[in-house]
Amino acid sequence: MDNQGSKVVFRGGGFTHQSRRWVGFVVFAALLLLAEWGTRTGVISPLTLPRPSDVLQTFGELYSSGLLFQHLIPSLLRLLVGAALGASLGIGVGFLIGLFSFVRAGLVPLVAAIFPIPKIALLPLFVIWFGIDEGSKYALIAFGTFTPTVVATFAAVDNVDRTLIRMGQSFGLDWFSIVRKIVLPGAMPGILAGLRISLAIAIILLVAAEMLGAEYGIGAYILEAGSLYDLERLFAGVVILSVLGVLVSAVIGVIERRLLDWRT
Amino acid sequence: MELRLAGVGHSYAGREVLRDIDLKVPEGEIVCIVGPSGCGKSTLLRMMGGLEQPARGEVLQVGQPPQGCLNPLTFIFQDFALLPWRSVAGNVSLVLEDHPIGRDEARAMVADVLGRTRLTEFADALPRQLSGGMKQRVAIARALVVRPAVLLMDEPLSALDSQTRELLMEDLVGLWTRQPFTAVYVTHNLAEAVRLGHRIVVLSRRPGELREVVSLDKPLADRGYGDADLEVTQKHLWELMRAEAAAADAELLRG
Repeated sequence: MDNQGSKVVFRGGGFTHQSRRWVGFVVFAALLLLAEWGTRTGVISPLTLPRPSDVLQTFGELYSSGLLFQHLIPSLLRLLVGAALGASLGIGVGFLIGLFSFVRAGLVPLVAAIFPIPKIALLPLFVIWFGIDEGSKYALIAFGTFTPTVVATFAAVDNVDRTLIRMGQSFGLDWFSIVRKIVLPGAMPGILAGLRISLAIAIILLVAAEMLGAEYGIGAYILEAGSLYDLERLFAGVVILSVLGVLVSAVIGVIERRLLDWRT
Repeated sequence: MELRLAGVGHSYAGREVLRDIDLKVPEGEIVCIVGPSGCGKSTLLRMMGGLEQPARGEVLQVGQPPQGCLNPLTFIFQDFALLPWRSVAGNVSLVLEDHPIGRDEARAMVADVLGRTRLTEFADALPRQLSGGMKQRVAIARALVVRPAVLLMDEPLSALDSQTRELLMEDLVGLWTRQPFTAVYVTHNLAEAVRLGHRIVVLSRRPGELREVVSLDKPLADRGYGDADLEVTQKHLWELMRAEAAAADAELLRG
């Protein structure tokens, strides 16, 4: 090397996340365009994949016939009631496990035993316990959301900085104040992260519950379309589920931005 | 109010960490506790503040806490222990919320301590927006707002860089000069000890025993960075600790 020297090569950067919202839309649009182009030119046979424009048309018919809301509203109600029951019970039990050694010793093995059970397998049991109507569907969704919420919540409570709790004790804060003002906000990031997973599971179980004995609901709609091999309607149903998933995730994102604005 | 320790000893899992500590913390004085790492000085402080129970001996508070005192034994922690979801003012008011204090009075008390620690204009900032030195000043404000009888400081400046440490030492001296408080100050930094301590208690390595108590008569306000007489005391302290520190270090390496 001569006296002028050479420039030091930049080798840092990367491994960080930057906001690139539009990329998601581009990927979606590209896949849809590819499917549309493939089905129109015949590269993809219409038997293997429905044409996106046809799915959109089916969706339009579903909307204009009023059937959309006839299916969507019972589904949303089931999701709301079931997930609310499961998540609130899960957060409650998760807190008890996180705060009391006795509850932890008693319930953690039980939760571990319940977690791997495919909840759909228990649907007949729920039908006997809670009836063939809405009760068994609520119970299935609630049960499915309950276990992941419990695990996420007690892990989040365990992760609350102990020095903050010691600080609270050293200033003579009472037990309830410490739980409400230090443990609860400290556990909130973990609880919300857990809810993202729990609510996705709730949507899966919603469809499962509706496939077994429901007149109306997205699940019933998809099952009916599937048994007729009506791929356009099947896909219209699947798209509704995807949109539901994206919406739930967006709602949690909004809650996170509201409640967790103290993080970076 | 003063603190008295009588024959305090402690063990963790069969390993003795503190042995036979007799100590008096007189009112209006800052007592520094120095010692090699692992000598149990932080354990001793937690016992003084009731966060841990000594296995042997007892910790006594003698006399009544002053009027209006809300939390007689108040800690300042090394890692600040601020709630990241609360603003500066919110962190300070947290420790008033469990006391029967009216909203206006609490607000006035918070404003007063924030003024004394020169944090008024940062009242609405979140901890993540503050530097380490500012965070510790918030913790000091939070400790002062409950009008403590004894401040228990656990290496309060150890997480800070040396310039910030110097500035905060001046702050502490200023606060003490305006209104003398009683404090126990645990540190491994001998320069801090000779700047802030009226008495300096030297502990031996584990199990921590009282080696020597050094008294410094020079008023806090007259002590400065690199004073010759302080250097002499600091050197004396270092000679006391040197062999102990080396032995403690080797002990840690052996696990």
